[in-house]
Amino acid sequence: MFDLARAAVEGALAAGANYADARVVLSKSQSISVHNAEPQSIDQEERAGIGVRALIGSGWGFYATSDLTAAAARTAGEHSAAIARASTQVPGPVMPLADVPVVDESYETPHEIDPFTVPVSDKVDLLIGVTKTMLEVEGVAVTTGNLAFWDTNKWFVSSQGHRIHQHLIESGGGFDATALGDGEIQRRSYPQSFGQFETGGYETVEKWDYPGNAGRVAEEAAALLAAPSLEEGEKQLILEGSQLALQIHESVGHAIELDRILGWEAAFAGTSHLELDKLGSHRYGSPLMNITADATLPGALGSFGYDDEGTAAQCVDIVKDGIWVGVLSGRDSASIVGLPPGGMVRGDGYNRLPMVRMTNVGLRPGDATLDEIIADTKDGVYMATNRSWSIDDRRLNFQFGCEIAWEVKNGKLGRMLKNPTYTGITPQFWGQLDKLAGGDERVHWGTPNCGKGQPVQVAHTGHSAAPGRFARVRVGVRA
Amino acid sequence: MNRTVELAGHVLEKVNERAEAEVVVTGGASALTRFANSFIHQNVAEEGYAVSLRVAVDGRVNSATTTRLDNIDEFVDTTIEVASLQRVDESWPGLTAPVDVTDPMHYDEETAAAGPDERAATVAEFVAAGPGMRAAGYYETVGQSVAFVNTAGHRAYGRYTRASLDGIQQLNGAAGSGHATSDRIEAIDGRGVGALAADRARRGLDAFDLKPGEYEVVLAPECVGTIGIFLAFYGFNGKTHAEGQSFVELGKRQLDTSVNLYDDATDPRALGVGFDAEGTPGQRLDLVVNGVCRALAHDRRTAARAGTHSTGHGDPGSDQWGPIPTHMFLEEGETSVEEMIASVERGLYVSTFNYCRVLDPKALTVTGLTRNGTFMIENGRITGAVTNLRFTQSFVDALSQGRVHTIGNDARFADSEFGPGMLYVPSLHLESWNFTGGASG
Repeated sequence: MFDLARAAVEGALAAGANYADARVVLSKSQSISVHNAEPQSIDQEERAGIGVRALIGSGWGFYATSDLTAAAARTAGEHSAAIARASTQVPGPVMPLADVPVVDESYETPHEIDPFTVPVSDKVDLLIGVTKTMLEVEGVAVTTGNLAFWDTNKWFVSSQGHRIHQHLIESGGGFDATALGDGEIQRRSYPQSFGQFETGGYETVEKWDYPGNAGRVAEEAAALLAAPSLEEGEKQLILEGSQLALQIHESVGHAIELDRILGWEAAFAGTSHLELDKLGSHRYGSPLMNITADATLPGALGSFGYDDEGTAAQCVDIVKDGIWVGVLSGRDSASIVGLPPGGMVRGDGYNRLPMVRMTNVGLRPGDATLDEIIADTKDGVYMATNRSWSIDDRRLNFQFGCEIAWEVKNGKLGRMLKNPTYTGITPQFWGQLDKLAGGDERVHWGTPNCGKGQPVQVAHTGHSAAPGRFARVRVGVRA
Repeated sequence: MNRTVELAGHVLEKVNERAEAEVVVTGGASALTRFANSFIHQNVAEEGYAVSLRVAVDGRVNSATTTRLDNIDEFVDTTIEVASLQRVDESWPGLTAPVDVTDPMHYDEETAAAGPDERAATVAEFVAAGPGMRAAGYYETVGQSVAFVNTAGHRAYGRYTRASLDGIQQLNGAAGSGHATSDRIEAIDGRGVGALAADRARRGLDAFDLKPGEYEVVLAPECVGTIGIFLAFYGFNGKTHAEGQSFVELGKRQLDTSVNLYDDATDPRALGVGFDAEGTPGQRLDLVVNGVCRALAHDRRTAARAGTHSTGHGDPGSDQWGPIPTHMFLEEGETSVEEMIASVERGLYVSTFNYCRVLDPKALTVTGLTRNGTFMIENGRITGAVTNLRFTQSFVDALSQGRVHTIGNDARFADSEFGPGMLYVPSLHLESWNFTGGASG
């Protein structure tokens, strides 16, 4: 496969590219879905092809083909250079590439059980079991369970001499129960909305004990129908770990993408409220806020050996003691602003242009526990599991909805509350972070559905988080 | 013989009599030229084929997709083998019987052959339309063939092209957007789309923070497109309806009498081929007639459960998400946007919605933001720009009886957050919209 990638790079160079790289990617995935204790869909997918990237002046060109022959690879390289040349018809500043070590390496995701060796019927039976358990709870009308697995081999070659093979394995899933009342729908999910995904094998599914949690999840969904709604007001807000993970993803992870800050995503995903001249001085949040982008975390969904530009995975400080100190970058974007490249450029399959993506953007642990946080809270609300998310194009004004909440009064967890929402402005919100858990309560939550780019790409990202408290937040926003 | 047809036939031949099977082969090229800060910064193209196979072995079902043409035989064998190990799928609806499928001919040779130089030229026109501004956006061209075969003897084939130009012009913190989609590149006016975006950007200067609350609104087609796709995904979806999660009550007037909404893959203005992934031909499906909800989208599975027939919405993913109308048309009215604005005493004109998400799927209560041009209307004219606003609004309530003042005469393809080319809609003038937050919270 290295020979095919080399042929593509040579084709691009021969056609005039100043720089070229190519990835041959063989990926297979399996997706299993069960609905109300009946199989809903079993889908296998295998994608194979080569994507080659060429740079001429300010213009990138990218071409992908599923034809894995040497001739097609070389032609793809020639096409990529022709596209790069067309880009220069509407030119910008010359796109420099930051230096990175040229390596000849390989990497494999640590794993115990190859998920593709586990019989599909075992996976279906697991999901039928949990969806059946949930369906037996009165009030629950719809139950679903999902599992998904990815096995990806990538061979990367650059015109500078990189030669990297990676074998990445990702696994995960989850289930949910939906209760229907008079004109209302309530849902509970486990381990989190859309499931929990990690790098690793089938052991990452087994450790979440699906059968042991199905009954509780369904009972909570049914109980929500009779629960009062969260009233509008200002409260101390305690967020469960997976919701705090999504809060990080939306209000930190995307905002620190250097391509957004540079305006490259302005028309679609948007820009960022962050200004580069304030890097190192802008207060992002309270002193408890310490965020890293760490692609080396074992088991986290955004971990790998090398990014799709051949830069080694690394841990980069993003927010330190509440001050913004780092960005997510690639070789071109980092070079433009004079920062070291962060190794955060990935493409969704062989046929998508690598671009700046989150790795594992998460909070360093605090020193409290959830019990201690609740005991310390006088007038608050504890929200868990995301139900809806929306944030503006500069990543400032957000509104989140959760599946469930509980009142917290004078240090005690009280009534269950439904339809909880909260809203805020990013730096003000993070400035309210006054308690943070850690230890075993910190989880590398995985987000398997991060969309960005045109054509749209889906990335798998990780977000380490434990429960945390925010001192004063507007909750209970209504239509 | 077209390569997609040839491949589909080969796969079916390989399946032989071992299973019920349906095969979809797509092939062709797509390319997208992206620009930001007024230069082309990303420029991509791809070509290739994808083979999808769904088999049922004595009611045991399995689906698989591959782009590898070098091991198709093994792909077929594995797909059948995995199916044979599954439980019986009690709701397997069987295959589509042979039926005539008319190719709506949403295809244009010039568009299929468009190269990076043509795309760059159109991008240059868009950029030039906003002198002194920073332009950003994309221009995409697609040309695909789709072949369908199944073991029941049904065959279908079609080709389609699409060209979409979407972008913004930015000026001193203000931004305006423009969009065009067609099945042919000759209909894409780079300068015109860029000029609309530039005009909105200029008008967006010196925006002020508006106090949140209920405001009368004139919504541009992009906003209406977003409303439409949420109605489609959560409402007119045969699966969510069967699960009791849809707002739709068939036969009941739930929307204003002026609202007529239909889905039709065969409409001359539509995009795509004239059949779905199960081989069911596209057809006109009247979803809302004079405000009354009349129909739901079905694939073969949801149709069998509901005791009806598929409406041709068995697309990839419909097993999981349900069948969703994606060739939607909201019938035009007779009012121009200028007339709409002139009739508003105090309200807002909104160019685009952004990042909309459902809070309550049953009531279709959605939160989202305005973007790329939100303007104050006072005494019948636009008097200034306002900063982006957050809203929390039931889309069904917003369109309910008496709350749709007028429907525009400016229907066109609108982008919708879910992608271009799915909704052909005009502007709308609505009684009120619930804005729940501003730029400062």
